[in-house]
Amino acid sequence: MATFMGINLFGLFGQLLVGLINGSFYALLSLGLAIIFGLLKIINFAQGAIYMLGAFAAYLALQYFGIGYWAALIVVPLVVGLLGVLMERFLIRPIANEDHLYSLLLTFGVALVLQGMFTHMFGSSGLSYAIPDALKGGNKLPFMYLPNYRAWIIVASLIVCVGTWWMIEKTKLGAYLRAGTENPALMQAFGINVPLMVTLTFGFGVALAGFAGVMAAPVYSVSPDMGSNILIVVFAIVVIGGMGSIGGAIITGLGMGIVEGLTKYFYPEASNTVIFLVMVIVLLIKPAGLFGKEA
Amino acid sequence: MKLMNKTLLSAAMAVALTSTAAHADLSDDKVKIGVLADMGGVYADVCGKGCLTAVEMAVEDFGGSVLGKKIEIVSADDQNKPDVGSAIVREWIESKEVDVVTGLVASSVTGAVTKVTTDNKKIALIAASASNAFTTKACSPYNAHWTYNVVALANGTVKPIVQQGKKKWFFITADYAFGHALEGIASKVIKAEGGEVVGAVRAPLGTTDFSSYILQAQASGAEVVGLANAGADFVNSLKTAAEFGLTEMMDVAGLLVFTPNAKSLDPAIAGGMLTTTGFYWDRDEESREWSARFKERQGVIPAMPHAGAYSATMHYLNAVKAAGTDDSDTVMKLMKSTKPDDFFAKNATLRSDGRMVHDMYLVRITKGSERKSEDDIFKIESVIPGDKAFAPVLPACDFK
Repeated sequence: MATFMGINLFGLFGQLLVGLINGSFYALLSLGLAIIFGLLKIINFAQGAIYMLGAFAAYLALQYFGIGYWAALIVVPLVVGLLGVLMERFLIRPIANEDHLYSLLLTFGVALVLQGMFTHMFGSSGLSYAIPDALKGGNKLPFMYLPNYRAWIIVASLIVCVGTWWMIEKTKLGAYLRAGTENPALMQAFGINVPLMVTLTFGFGVALAGFAGVMAAPVYSVSPDMGSNILIVVFAIVVIGGMGSIGGAIITGLGMGIVEGLTKYFYPEASNTVIFLVMVIVLLIKPAGLFGKEA
Repeated sequence: MKLMNKTLLSAAMAVALTSTAAHADLSDDKVKIGVLADMGGVYADVCGKGCLTAVEMAVEDFGGSVLGKKIEIVSADDQNKPDVGSAIVREWIESKEVDVVTGLVASSVTGAVTKVTTDNKKIALIAASASNAFTTKACSPYNAHWTYNVVALANGTVKPIVQQGKKKWFFITADYAFGHALEGIASKVIKAEGGEVVGAVRAPLGTTDFSSYILQAQASGAEVVGLANAGADFVNSLKTAAEFGLTEMMDVAGLLVFTPNAKSLDPAIAGGMLTTTGFYWDRDEESREWSARFKERQGVIPAMPHAGAYSATMHYLNAVKAAGTDDSDTVMKLMKSTKPDDFFAKNATLRSDGRMVHDMYLVRITKGSERKSEDDIFKIESVIPGDKAFAPVLPACDFK
């Protein structure tokens, strides 16, 4: 087995790749949070629960409606996005003008209710969701065994992340969106329906979490607490990247996945805390985050 | 006439007094059982509401009363937190007159609770915890450790695999007391059988992504990867192992697999794996009959802690009845001198150190093609006699 200065290269490169895979999930989830915070100034603590909802929706769609993985990738984000729209319209809008803390507490409450409900209905052991046939198996690379499904995760989430970034930063629609959140009154005067835009943006951010949930269902067991486990890490990533920075969320998501992977290789016990350590250091040096704009 | 009346009256009073005297041996005139378990967390499927149901069934099957007095049950959620669990039990004992505590899942909670029960001379019937501390370094004359422990798991699963010639082991271990204990005991068994442990990695409790740990196991050059974890950790680590092709390159041994966890896994992944359990519902007529009743009430087949909670409660109530008192010392003495015998406890004795020694079962998780029903999860490979499964009594814990 190839080693370099006592380091097992097979293991090290494997970890780097695994870090990238996990980072793809982080990127996808933190992107949703960053959009919602960056454009709407809402701290959505329910994002983890919605990610869990996405995984359960994929499982239930298969069990009760025979909707397979590929269809679920489209259907579930739409359904979850619609739920997000309803949530924005009836729960968040009434408190939209209050302090950010209110939306944080409200979404946190929603998350607890959802998690409790699913624990009650499905128990805590988790349900299994099979990897789609087309992506079963894997390839033996010179330095690791790469499961096909994990490779697909990297590709799919990169496409979605970059596409979203491009839409917000480079298109006319994105420009309206950014302008509408910057100066709603002016945009309204130009005849743009700002409240509708806000609702749809929230729905889109939430749909991203639903999409991540479907992607996650085959690799993790579909369980009620899957969202709460990952949420804190994802929040840390958003903070490191700079609250609201779209590009920052994507790059930091991938980067932190790699940092975590390396930590798991060199000192596994610290792998759960390394991201928070990075967060502390970044906040001390650059309080707005790596890619954030100084307020 | 007057005299006769007086005699009659005093005789009646005497009878009344003696009969109250017989009942007065039940402290506060009833037997109250406290069921403490994880009602909504990671171990809820293993011993949560199901353990409460099992205890309720035991009380009903016993007839609902003992020595002419009602048996009551109280229950609470310990949230897997030692401080929460011990505070609840303290309150139960001090103000709710609870006589005996059962359920008891996470070893950390059980450790805190058994301190309280021991201080108050109350019996703890440990139905779900795995640590062997309750009959070793934290032993107590009031502990009855019923269902299984890490020693039985290691002896049951690890030994036969090493004896088959698979000598090089690597562990993926849950990074807390239970995982450390299991890895430690399993390593001892491996070394005693002439094998070696080439490495181990500790994954934090509740890790969802095990891919890095699986890669380390793959790079370790071991022949067997032992999963010293349980519940969702076991499920996730095994799924990841299959995804990364580990299950094809080396053997994977699950050291603690509860039926609900095995059921949630794709049989293509878990099928064929060996593990050890204290109970399997489909063992014989008796176990099937009880499990069917349990499923009717709970909606799922029982896991081993459920059966253990029933069996321990039943043995306790029988001892109270036979002793004519709920005094913990007297009852415990009787529990240890009579052999438990029911659908769960086969060839069983409650030893002087509080260890309930009984037959354990080496089981193989069934493959998809073998399953006759959704509950057809294990196939019993062999019976491990109690004295082979559990460690002997330590002199310091010999409470005769």
